[in-house]
Formats: sequence, structure tokens, C-alpha cells
Amino acid sequence: MNQRTQIRFLHDGRRLHLHDGPIDIVLEAFGAPKEIEKAYSAAAERFSSVLDELCSELPDLRKPAGEGTLNGVIAQRMLDAILPYAASTFITPMAAVAGAVAEEVLQAMTEAADLSRAYANDGGDIALHLSAGEQFEIGMVELPETPSLLGTVSIGASTPVRGIATSGWRGRSFSLGIADAVTVLAQAASAADAAATVIANAVDLPGHPAITRVPACELAPDNDLGLLLVTQYVAELSFEEIHAALDNGLRTARNLLDRKLIVAAALSLQGEVRLIGDSLQLMHASEVETRAHA
Amino acid sequence: MADNDVIRCDACPVLCYIKDGRTGACDRYGNRNGQLVRLDPHIVLDRAVSRGDSLVPFLEQSKEWDGNLLGGLEKFVTAIGAGTTYPDYKPAPFIISSKVQGVDMVTVVTEGIFSYCGVKLKIDTDRHLGAECSTVRAQGEPVGHVTTNEYGSQMLSLGGVRHLTGGSRHEGTVTCDTLLNLCNGKPAELVIDDGAKVTVQAGKPPVVDGMLEERMRVGCGSATIGMFAKQWEGKVDDVVVVDDHITGVLSEHQAGKLLGIPETGIRIKGRRSTPGRYFKVAEPGTSWGGTNISDPLSIVEGFKPKIAWPGLRLLMVSTTGEHFAYFELNEQLQPVEKDLPEALQQSVARIRENCEPALCTVLFMGGAGGSLRAGVTENPVRLTHSVRDALTRVTCGGAPVYVWPGGGITIMVDVSLMPQNAFGYVPTPALVAPIEFTLKLSDYGALGGYMDHVRPLESLLNRQKMSAALPDHAHRVGEP
Repeated sequence: MNQRTQIRFLHDGRRLHLHDGPIDIVLEAFGAPKEIEKAYSAAAERFSSVLDELCSELPDLRKPAGEGTLNGVIAQRMLDAILPYAASTFITPMAAVAGAVAEEVLQAMTEAADLSRAYANDGGDIALHLSAGEQFEIGMVELPETPSLLGTVSIGASTPVRGIATSGWRGRSFSLGIADAVTVLAQAASAADAAATVIANAVDLPGHPAITRVPACELAPDNDLGLLLVTQYVAELSFEEIHAALDNGLRTARNLLDRKLIVAAALSLQGEVRLIGDSLQLMHASEVETRAHA
Repeated sequence: MADNDVIRCDACPVLCYIKDGRTGACDRYGNRNGQLVRLDPHIVLDRAVSRGDSLVPFLEQSKEWDGNLLGGLEKFVTAIGAGTTYPDYKPAPFIISSKVQGVDMVTVVTEGIFSYCGVKLKIDTDRHLGAECSTVRAQGEPVGHVTTNEYGSQMLSLGGVRHLTGGSRHEGTVTCDTLLNLCNGKPAELVIDDGAKVTVQAGKPPVVDGMLEERMRVGCGSATIGMFAKQWEGKVDDVVVVDDHITGVLSEHQAGKLLGIPETGIRIKGRRSTPGRYFKVAEPGTSWGGTNISDPLSIVEGFKPKIAWPGLRLLMVSTTGEHFAYFELNEQLQPVEKDLPEALQQSVARIRENCEPALCTVLFMGGAGGSLRAGVTENPVRLTHSVRDALTRVTCGGAPVYVWPGGGITIMVDVSLMPQNAFGYVPTPALVAPIEFTLKLSDYGALGGYMDHVRPLESLLNRQKMSAALPDHAHRVGEP
């Protein structure tokens, strides 16, 4: 194991935190104690080389799809996730890095052990494992200052959802759009990651003066987005403007839904939320209730 | 990569190029003025808790996972990290991977939380440092302002979000530096617009315009008259205690009247408030009693010939006993300075003796944001309530804090009680300060906590560690 890697339990003694460079994963496995132990060992083992693998072909991972040569397993997951968008938009495999890593670590756990449920959560991009009859309750909090859940959604083994990802301009990665958050449910974490990026980019009001945009390379010289303008600040928008921006994102989301690239999505901008996809019915109901109490 | 202000971080194989004032992909390393800085060991708590990271005792090194499923459990509720923010910082759409309201995972989109922090500086001096609201500068940059005059002290307010992030980049950097120095017990040189230059350091006397301030006054001029009237009786005919706020005159003062001290016909400049008490005898300054006078007679207009008499003995003294002069009236009723008689030397010494050593004291003030609270409990507002109800004790680096009443968790702490160099910074600029929330296990449960996870702790942990992590009784907030 490389010297940087830190692996430790969180205070509950159940969830494992894996850290290396910019990667932070929190994961948890459910099942017989012996199986959990096996799963955690496998996750730790797999994780130890993840960052080195990625960095060995980082320059190529930062190039638009098809321009680089990729060999790694995770790199391949990343590429597969972004390929559906490569023809119509600027996107690099980096758009799916977090989801792909989550997926890879989760797979290491499920291959090594018999687990009823498991998740690997890489900074918000989550890969899920559900055996028959099991389910996860996923909650969304719009702002940590607001203690109430924005909504919850049950993801059962019978649904196709195995990946969740969130993207927005406030996030750690740069966004071309103005969505505070776009959360996507998809069949895999890497697919959700790429889709969330694409939809969040589409929630936008091009040329609007309330939006501060800066070339990505001015903020981070080695960023894959280069000269593309990334959102740094969004001033208060009128209701009509919020509506228009969300509609722009919804059009993209609907297109992805029709192409079966996503299962559902929630788009949020300055307190307004749009939901698309069947799985989010529950979330919607709960959200209405939450707002009624606010 | 032609920019001079870009550095390359070699902490991990990503090898980020980082521009000045920004952090790399990990948010753990940043570029500050061309230097690679690590934002540890203080965990950036806002981020840490949002990530579902563990909250560990102050500066305790977390153990590596040893492959044992039940290892690493000694860490419990006591949290320390850094309540810090990054003005242009955009937190990830985090997931808190803890159980919330029966939910397995929670997607959290945090809002950029700004560094609302600063210091309140109490400078024990009667000297005039500057008018209220005057700008306080460090290295020429505005870093705060003069606020109220307190008893024997001048208060300054430094920092705050407007200086940290609301002004120029240089203003923010200088403000951050100044706050950091003061909080870590180092000196800072401050210049007040149209006022004094003052060097301040927590726990040390201030230096005002190059003069070391040794004592703080025992009271205003009027109060000093009241305190020492009895000791002057019979040894002197009149005493003027020079004070920029309220200058006291013994013969006219109620204290003198009660002792039967006769009128002396002295006429003092300034505005008479009540008998024997004068406002504005001179301009504020750094000399006698916080005025600008160096000749005490400059505040004496003269003596009424009908009342005064040749040989009348007058003591003039400042509120700290630092300045004093003794006069006797000649035949023309002009005051002539003479050596201070032995009998009066004692009273002047007594005034000085009653003045405490002048100090600068630094209180750090900051607010624990919602996301920070959210990391401690599943329901942030409950943590606030718990703090209010004194069930949860808030400390900064182990030092007791005062929690302001009202909403949120806004705290003040005496930095001299905190461990050395307890404060750090992030390149933003913003201060990084430790903050811990400590509470009883039972209260933690009542908070709506992780009780199902806590129970194994009780059975598995060795008891000593348990009691070390948890106080045996709840402390009222602010109680040491």
C-alpha cells in the first residue's frame, strides 16, 4: 500500500473512510460480520493503487473522448460513461472520475464477499449494491443550514438504480452551468456522474449578467476544461429566470431519460426544484411535505 | 503555466498546478503567496463533517485502520477541527454518510459559508487611541475599527468578514495575518486613523506611540476623588484629578463637601457636569489622564481672588498617578510648582498602586455555521438548543467559551487560555480555529444521535478511555 493512503473507521466503527490525494471514499457493507470484514479488506486492497493508476494516464484522461489512449480499468469505466455525450458536447473522462472510482471499489467488495447491501460514496458520487429484496433510503439535503430533508427516495433492488451522483457550480469540480445541484439516479455511479455533469451544465442562462464566469485555466491551470468559462458566482435570479434555466436543464435531462442514460434526476436552483423520472415520486411527495412545514 | 504565482504541488501524484490563493484538487494543500501550505493539522471541520469524516479529539493523531473491524472506536464525540470557510470556496455536493432520520445516506449541497470571525481587543489605557469608529490599520490596510471606551480600556474590533473578504485581496491577507498573530499570542502593530500607533499582544501591556503603558486607572477622575478624599484631608487644600472623561476637583466634589473641605475658588476649564466633576477639560491625547496636556495648569483658568488665599496647596494628579504636580499659590494667587510633600507622595503612590497592570486582551469571536453543527448531530438546530440548554459544552482548543445568546452558535474565547498556535489559516484568507462540542452520552442520545452506534462503544471500550472522552457532568456554557 502506498504511504499516502489513509484508511480508518469513522466514529461509528462501521463505516470505513478511505483517503488518498484528492479522493475520499466513505463506504459501508452490510451482511455477516465475516463477510463485512472480507469486503473491507478487499476495498482497502483495491483502493491502494487507484490514485496511482489514474495519475499514470492523467494527461490522456483530461483530453476529450477519443483523443487519448486509455488502458486502466477505471479509465475505461470513465470513458464508457462519457462516450454517449462525446458527440454533442465537450466532455472528458474526468467528468466521471468520482463515480468510476466508487464503482470500482464497490465491485471489489461485492466480488470478495457475500453482502446484502453495500455502498461506496466518493465525495457524493455513490455506487450501490443491493441483493434481492433489499433497499436503501436516500435523503437529500439542499443546504446543511436547513436541517430538514429536501426529500427522500427509496431505492430497492428491483429498480435499475445502482448509482447516484450530484453536480453543481458550488461543487468541488467546476461547472459550466448554474445549477446549485443536479442529482442523478442511474444504473451505475460513473454513468450518474457523467449525466449529472451534463445536466448541471445545461441548467444555464447563457450570457446572463448575473452570472460570473471565469476561464477554468485561470483558476486551475491544469484543469481539463481549459479556456471554457466556468461558473464562479450566481447572483439572485428572478423567478422567471430560474424557471427558464431549469427548463433548459430539464430538456437535456428528458433527452437522457429517453435515451435510458439516466433513471431520474432532481435539478435545484435557488430554492426551486424540478424532478424528472418515476423513481422520484416519493422524493416529490416528501419534498412537498417538507416545504409545507417550512 | 507561465504565471509566476502558480506552484506545483507534489503531495500526491495528481501534481496539481495551484494558483495563488487557491487549493489543489484535494482542498488539503493550497498556494499562499507562492508557498505550498498544508491546511492540516486542524481539520477543516466544515468539510470534514460534511464528508462524514470522523471527529477526533484535538490534535490527536487518528490511527490507521489495522484491519480489525472493531478498531479505532476510542474516538467519540469530542470534536475539534477548524470552523473555517473559504470565500470563493465551493463545497462539493457532499454526502453525509450517517444515518439521518432513518435514512442511510444524505446528499448535502452546502452553500459557501464565509468566515465570520474576528477579534475583540481590550487595551487597558486611558490614553486616547482614536475617535470611535476610526479605522484601525495594519501595514496600511484597514483591518478593523475603534469601538467603545470601557472602564479604563479602549476596545478595538478587528477582522470580521468585511475586512477578510469584502475588500481588496491585500486587505484580506493583512487582516488574516493580523488576526492570526493576535490569536496566536504574537504582537501586532496597529495604527489608528487620526490617532495613535499601538503595539498590542495578548497578555502584554500595550505600547502607545512608543510608550509602554504600565497601569490602568483605578477609576475616573471623579471616582478617584471619592476614593482618596479621606487620605488627602488636612494634607492639601485642593486636589484635581485630571481625566479626559471626568476630571474631579476635591473641594467642589461631594466627597470633599462631606469632609468639610472648604472652597478654594479654583476655576477649571471644560464643562461642569455636577459639582466637582468636569467634562472636556482638554482634548483627548496620550498624556495626563488620557488628555493631550503636558502642563496641568493649562486646564486651570485661575483662582477666584475672593475665595483663594496665598499659600493654598494644590495637588494635581492623573487617574493612574503616573503624572502629578504640586503647587502653592503665591501672593498674586499664582500657582508655583513645588516638590511634592512627603505626606502626599504616599497618596499618589496609593493611586498608582491601585491601578492594575495594563494589558491587552484578545477575544476571538466567531460563529459555528450550520454545516459545522450538522456534522456534530443529525439535527443541527438541536445542537444549538443543546448548547443553549447547557447540555453541550463548547470549547475552543479546550478553553471555555462564552456563547452569545440568540440564534446560532456565536462564541467568544480568550485566546490566552488556548494552546499555543491553536489557530491556523487557509489561503483564502480565513482563520482556522479549533472548536469542540462535548456532551454526555445520555444527552447525545437525547440529541437524536447515533445511539445505535454508540452502544457497542460502551461494551467494547475500556472504561478509562470512555471517561476521558466524556465529561462526567455537563458544564454550563462559559463555566470553566
